[in-house]
Amino acid sequence: MNFANTVSWRHMLSMACLLLLLAIVLPITLDAFRLNLVGKYLTYAFVAIGLVLCWGMGGILSLGQGVFFGLGGYCMAMFLKLESSTPEATAIQSTPGIPDFMDWNQITELPALWIPFQSLTLTLIAIIAVPVLFAFLIGVAMFKRRVSGVYFAIITQAIAAILTILIVGQQGYTGGVNGITDLRTFMGWDIRSDGAKTVLYFVTIAFLCLVVFMAQFISRSKLGRLLVAVRDQEDRVRFSGYEVANIKIFIFCVAAAFSAIGGALFTLQVGFMSPTLVGIVPSIEMVIYCAVGGRLSILGAIYGTLLVNWAKTSLSESFPELWLFGLGALFIAVVMIFPKGLAGVANSLADRFRKPRLDVASSPDMPTPVDDSNASSTPLTSTTHQSATRHSRPGSAVHGAAGAAGDIGA
Amino acid sequence: MKNRTNRLPDRRRRTLLSQLIGASFGITALLGSSLHAADVNTTGLAVTDDTVTVGILHSVTGTMAISETGSVQAEKLAIEQINAMGGVLGRKIVYEQEDGASDWPTFAEKAKKLLVNDKVAAVFGCWTSASRKAVLPVFEQYNGMLYYPTFYEGLEQSPNVIYTGQEATQQILSGIDWVAETKGAKSFFLLGSDYIWPRTSNKIARKHIEKLGLKVVGEEYYPLGHTQFNSVINKIKLKKPDVIYAIVVGGSNVAFYKQLKAAGIDMTKEKPLLLTISVTEDEILGIGGDNINGAYAAMKYFQSLDNENNKEFVAAFKEMWGDDIVIGDVTQAAYLGPWLWKAAVEKAGSFDIDKVRAASPGIELTSAPEGYVRIHENHHLWSKTRIGLAKPDGQYELMYETSELMEPDPFPKGYQ
Repeated sequence: MNFANTVSWRHMLSMACLLLLLAIVLPITLDAFRLNLVGKYLTYAFVAIGLVLCWGMGGILSLGQGVFFGLGGYCMAMFLKLESSTPEATAIQSTPGIPDFMDWNQITELPALWIPFQSLTLTLIAIIAVPVLFAFLIGVAMFKRRVSGVYFAIITQAIAAILTILIVGQQGYTGGVNGITDLRTFMGWDIRSDGAKTVLYFVTIAFLCLVVFMAQFISRSKLGRLLVAVRDQEDRVRFSGYEVANIKIFIFCVAAAFSAIGGALFTLQVGFMSPTLVGIVPSIEMVIYCAVGGRLSILGAIYGTLLVNWAKTSLSESFPELWLFGLGALFIAVVMIFPKGLAGVANSLADRFRKPRLDVASSPDMPTPVDDSNASSTPLTSTTHQSATRHSRPGSAVHGAAGAAGDIGA
Repeated sequence: MKNRTNRLPDRRRRTLLSQLIGASFGITALLGSSLHAADVNTTGLAVTDDTVTVGILHSVTGTMAISETGSVQAEKLAIEQINAMGGVLGRKIVYEQEDGASDWPTFAEKAKKLLVNDKVAAVFGCWTSASRKAVLPVFEQYNGMLYYPTFYEGLEQSPNVIYTGQEATQQILSGIDWVAETKGAKSFFLLGSDYIWPRTSNKIARKHIEKLGLKVVGEEYYPLGHTQFNSVINKIKLKKPDVIYAIVVGGSNVAFYKQLKAAGIDMTKEKPLLLTISVTEDEILGIGGDNINGAYAAMKYFQSLDNENNKEFVAAFKEMWGDDIVIGDVTQAAYLGPWLWKAAVEKAGSFDIDKVRAASPGIELTSAPEGYVRIHENHHLWSKTRIGLAKPDGQYELMYETSELMEPDPFPKGYQ
């Protein structure tokens, strides 16, 4: 695709900057504890990247991405818990050899649900397959009936609440409110040491790169442009002969898979999984990471996640009783002053140094620069006026709805 | 000597000094300042010749803040009093406070920060079982020492935790014995919030009730934050138990007791009688004294306890944090943490975690507001269990206390 070629050098440059920061600068400058924190933040970035595809590009606002993060994390946690619950380590229990919380709940043998997680292969499959299957079912149930926008957001939020209640209620099988804790080794390798955390940090970066490349591949493919078209003019895409629901289901499943990878890596790095990471609050926080980064920018999502979490940690360390106000102020500042998030700021800075005629390549990560100042409402509102705006801007028309639709037509 | 720098009036200083945990510790405290940091700290903790850094790790934001604030206040009070007496081994205690934000991963993150970056000599903190479970691997991995204040379900005994609240059997057994003996209770309805502490506690309660030859007529659980208790109140009315055994936690309490009253169950008539192990004076602030008037609570401390230690503690607490404040069981248990740590450090003559751990069993505190306590080999406290009657003013009136200290038994045989 010609379009992809013209911008790829800039992709490579920004990707190289990110890698330089994550793989070289941070490991050199930070101690093991802070580096592990960054590793934890990066696992949330997987969710944020999924949201860029799903929400930023596809206009599907999901307030329940914590569900997929949690499912991935729980799958990994179940495997690790079984590994650490050897009969020797749990000799004090009434039934040795099963996870401690099951023993506390009078369960005397390993439930069938847990048996596949004795195998690493099945666990690795489950980490992706379970969330994707779940996302697929939600997607079929919702998108085939043309449930979208606010209704879809509310339903995903309800699903997050339901799953939390389910996990908390079935504590014999899930560990309840406490979650699955005290995870020690992965295939005999002690994941709690500083050395292991550093290795896991680089593993996280490797997976993150993979996910970024997949996301960029999707966003630059025909499917990516279809997604933007679906967001801006769903009916036109439908009338052009595309099955809109399938496109939405696909991207929702991709976002779920990304989140699940993040969740599994989170469990490995933090050493436990609990329902507080599944519920409504973390799910909304994840949307905020994405919004701060600029919801149309894949790399922006990573920077947004890092910035918000870094602010959260350092504010709460310095002002334990006031930090929430500081965090709130940060969000207000971002929404009021930088509605396109960090990526918007970066692009406008970059644009100052370039000539107007190069404008066509000015926003590789932002397929549709939107003039709307209210970042969160765009995908939910009718976008007729925006399409009109885009027609009047030759530079961006190629990325916009009209461009995509034109492509389809041809 | 550090003592000379303190600004407390002489009279109060003398009373505080008189509470010193045995003469030998007192002498160690006075000699302490002559010991070099390198001698009392061989593992690189944050100890200088003048100061020692400890951590306070509670939620000051989020849903748990309302419960954990009392613990933070109690720990700060204890630290200030210890500093006024000359500190620990001649060193002033400096605290590093972190916010767990009612979020378990945050607790783990902050615990690690306190141990790895700040190298604190001890951490006073956590409240919910979930937060303790989240930080436990961190404390075991980096060999920290946590003083955990909340009454909890037991089934745990970590070398890196001193449990200053009661474990489940201490709280439950004598309470049930008391209602069975003095009130002639025959049937019980068990009720709780749906997580590990109420479930484990009710499991122990059920076994004990059945051992006594009495009957459990119902057992129900509701999610944390649940506010609709009408259906269970109807069930209670149908089953007509002698005792409602309630372990409802947090905000749900407000709805539960209000709806109980609205449904016409007057607890002062004791038909049925209500016995709880989860409502301290702090919770009554939210519930309202009128709504819980007549209920009984089984725990180890009430603000109204009539002894010299407690009077001084309550006065000092109110002086530091204001007259309107109430003090519940957990707040008092949190207050014990710094004192128990100080006593163990002085017995060990060192801040080293391993030495403090070795010195901890057998540490006694005669100055505890709840009265005499002692650390058991299993890191829990020997303590008395008391029954209080809730009054409309939001305070408990002491009805009964066990004559002996109850032995902590986190893995009770026959109750699992």
